[in-house]
Amino acid sequence: MEAFTTHTGRAVPLRRGNVDTDQIIPAHWLKKVTRDGFEDGLFEAWRKDPDFVLNRPERRGASVLVAGPDFGTGSSREHAVWALQNYGFKAVVSARFADIFRGNSLKNGLLTVVLPQETVDALWELTEADPDAEVTVDLVARQVRAEGITADFDLDENARWRLLEGLDDIGLTLRHEADVAAFEAGRPSFKPSTARI
Amino acid sequence: MGRTLAEKVWDDHVVRRAEGEPDLLYIDLHLLHEVTSPQAFDGLRKAGRPVRRLDLTIATEDHNTPTLDIDKPIADPVSRTQLETLRKNCAEFGVRLHPLGDVEQGVVHVVGPQLGLTQPGTTVVCGDSHTSTHGAFGALAFGIGTSQVEHVLATQTLPLAPFRTMAVTVDGELPEGVTAKDLILAVIARIGTGGGQGYVIEYRGTAVEKLSMEARMTVCNMSIEAGARAGMIAPDDTTFAYLKDRPHAPQGDDWDAAVDYWRTLRTDDDAVFDHEVVIDAAELSPFVTWGTNPGQGAPLSAAVPDPAAYPDPSDRLAAEKALEYMGLTAGQPLRDIRVDTVFVGSCTNGRIEDLRAAAAVLEGRRIADGIRMLVVPGSVRVSLQAVGEGLDKVFTAAGAEWRHAGCSMCLGMNPDQLAPGERSASTSNRNFEGRQGKGGRTHLVSPQVAAATAVLGHLASPADLPAPSGTAAASDVRTPLGA
Ligand code: SF4
Repeated sequence: MEAFTTHTGRAVPLRRGNVDTDQIIPAHWLKKVTRDGFEDGLFEAWRKDPDFVLNRPERRGASVLVAGPDFGTGSSREHAVWALQNYGFKAVVSARFADIFRGNSLKNGLLTVVLPQETVDALWELTEADPDAEVTVDLVARQVRAEGITADFDLDENARWRLLEGLDDIGLTLRHEADVAAFEAGRPSFKPSTARI
Repeated sequence: MGRTLAEKVWDDHVVRRAEGEPDLLYIDLHLLHEVTSPQAFDGLRKAGRPVRRLDLTIATEDHNTPTLDIDKPIADPVSRTQLETLRKNCAEFGVRLHPLGDVEQGVVHVVGPQLGLTQPGTTVVCGDSHTSTHGAFGALAFGIGTSQVEHVLATQTLPLAPFRTMAVTVDGELPEGVTAKDLILAVIARIGTGGGQGYVIEYRGTAVEKLSMEARMTVCNMSIEAGARAGMIAPDDTTFAYLKDRPHAPQGDDWDAAVDYWRTLRTDDDAVFDHEVVIDAAELSPFVTWGTNPGQGAPLSAAVPDPAAYPDPSDRLAAEKALEYMGLTAGQPLRDIRVDTVFVGSCTNGRIEDLRAAAAVLEGRRIADGIRMLVVPGSVRVSLQAVGEGLDKVFTAAGAEWRHAGCSMCLGMNPDQLAPGERSASTSNRNFEGRQGKGGRTHLVSPQVAAATAVLGHLASPADLPAPSGTAAASDVRTPLGA
């Protein structure tokens, strides 16, 4: 997993609440057998509308999504996180996230930032008025900054440390590789092996 | 204080324990199939990580495989891609794979035990909820998600939150014609589909001790339908006899050392379970489901329940919706329910004893006109053994179709499906809406009930059958206990 310290980029204001995972990535995309290539499925239904904010040329290359409350509700599919990342988003800002989506995002290195709705409103106004406005999401200082906006956010210490270090679950376990090797050295010889006989 | 069987196996696999963190558990055996592994391999590839223990990892193809014309290319593009991806991944990472056409191919939970890989006191995982099947050997076996599959591939361990323990004690003698399937369906109806949540269930008591290994697997298989994380049965001489001389069972001195260890895997007399359920075997009878979850079941002799009789409003609503989906009316005797399709197979009831039990009922009989009956062995080995015993002939003579091994009609992922509105009696484990095909209606039953239902065209047990032409009376149709 890529480490996240601080990120600065342009934003996409998504003025919608209750964006569920089926809207983020529709079910028929779940048949894919890889973790990438989901970018075209991201918000697939809405993107059929040429006026949808993601389709506008000035939003190309934006990497911070600023969404309405209750982002990521519905089915627990991890693909929703992959789709956002595949598209190029590094962080999502919302007043409230669904729990499972939030857990999945932090495990995969997508920073989900909870800010009060007033701050979200301010970010929407700023980035709608000026598509080139840059937003900085600083995990070291736990702060979101943009022109005229400085907002602190909370993140539990363990999740923050893992993001800063770029440690996914596997990376974390591999830090205890010596314990695993020691356990293996003590396994009895009668334990089953799948090696062909 | 003493420990339960599950706690003993857990303790023997703790790699690392730290305050405020889940235990890191070592995994002895990792089973793979085509549905839940592709993204896990992809994750490894992206991170440049190898499979840590190829010698503890094995893959087979089951969910998407057809059971007819297996030498022809697979028609459905999604199924084909999943199988091809598994083959490519196993070749790239060096994982042992038994693909369609291989003699060791079959449903992953049938293959592990028959190879002797599933052993007492081991930890077994697979990206599939019915991994609980392997608990029949006294293994701690549970299903995991795709990111956990990747974790096990990379580290051979899993960080796991602790579980609670439940004892389901079944004492006494199962009545004639009552099987392991009836037992577990009755258990689920009793504790509910959420009743086992967070628990590892240990099945014990004299009735459980008398079950064969096949029957024990049927019981543990459906632990997940009670919401439990796993099901277990303490290993004993029945377990050891099943394992002896299997291809991957310990040999020579290792066998003796293993059996010495395995004999210690019993719940201590002074151990305390977090929850206990007691069932009197003598009260059990053939059991079938009428609804759309495995807890909605009743004795075959009963009638479709009246939703209004449920005190709990959410149960009442669930029953109402189930009856609507199933096209049934309250008060209708279960024996009156006519079916179109009968399925014998799956990791619940696709082993040799199950096929023998169904064949014993069909011997000398014909299935009713208009009934489609599929008999699908759980693995190629089971298939070969059944053919060796002439069971395939019994099935085809009765008018049933004898198919190639796989998950088949257990789930609508391969060509064997119910059409909308079609009704089946099925020996599988899930009767959810659309599980066997969109709009399909499923009644979960034992192999014996499945066979009798095929003969009469409506839900029935062998005791309901007239004597087969030219043989003794119906009461002489002996069905092996617990098969
Ligand atoms: S037989 Fe059914 S329950 Fe068993 S692994 Fe296959 S699909 Fe799952």
